[in-house]
Amino acid sequence: MVDIGLGHYLTLGAVIFSIGVAGIFLNRKNIIVILMSIELILLAVNINLVSFSIFLNDLTGQIFTLFILTVAAAEAAIGLAIIVVYYRNTSNIDVEEIHSLKG
Amino acid sequence: MLAHSLFFYAFSFIAIFSAIMVTASKNTVHSVFFLILDFISISCLFIMIGAEFLGMIMLIVYVGAVAVLFLFVVMMLNVAQQKKQWFSSFGSSKHIPLGVLISVIIFFELIIVIGGWKYKPEVVSSIMESQSIGVSNTHSIGNVLYTDYIHLFQLSGMILLVAMIGAIVLTYRKRAGLKRQSYFSQISRERSDSVQLADVPNKKGVDIDG
Repeated sequence: MVDIGLGHYLTLGAVIFSIGVAGIFLNRKNIIVILMSIELILLAVNINLVSFSIFLNDLTGQIFTLFILTVAAAEAAIGLAIIVVYYRNTSNIDVEEIHSLKG
Repeated sequence: MLAHSLFFYAFSFIAIFSAIMVTASKNTVHSVFFLILDFISISCLFIMIGAEFLGMIMLIVYVGAVAVLFLFVVMMLNVAQQKKQWFSSFGSSKHIPLGVLISVIIFFELIIVIGGWKYKPEVVSSIMESQSIGVSNTHSIGNVLYTDYIHLFQLSGMILLVAMIGAIVLTYRKRAGLKRQSYFSQISRERSDSVQLADVPNKKGVDIDG
């Protein structure tokens, strides 16, 4: 309990990952919250990579986390740009109102 | 050791609580703030276990750029107050039990994997880049990043460039009726285009339209 090991960090990553997945499924509000859940999922993956990198004393995991950070930032920028364009066309970004694809 | 574990539990409790509040809070602006709190506590954890560079970069990139971008878009689109909430529409929607079931299954699968996981004995010998003692985390990451991973580093720069151009192209629009200065037509204007010398007959004037 007192000794913090790799398992503690991995469990924290698993909890945050599951909360992110649940946030995507349970969302009845707007798409921006779904994008934030995706950021949470990427954060959980980063926790896993960093904790393995520290506990195995291998720097490759931290390098990989840096690249994931880059991709996450690019993804957030593009996603928010798409949302802004969609809002400009329909003036609404509620999840339940978006059904043009009949999915 | 005790202080380390106390800080770990405090930061991870804050992180999990704010991750729940990101998905569950009523106001979208509040969920962006809880996202910022989540990033800050996770970066504190990173700094605590010795990945200082990544912790600081997380603060700069996520809190300084991504979360502010989210906040900006939420306030610009005026969607902060929402009519519906997921926990007020329990039972009316078919998605909710399915979503809870899937996320609980994912969580228990991950826990099973973590619980049954062991080191392979030869994994220590296959380590590629170990951080040597006496060298700071930032220094050793730089040593690896600018030598072995230089092509991937440049590629990630290209990804950022493509994202920037894509965001600009997506949100750019030409407005009708907006008067703009056209430098090229101003500079390329010749005397012959704009000045016309006319022989004006006395007491008759000139026909301007002609």
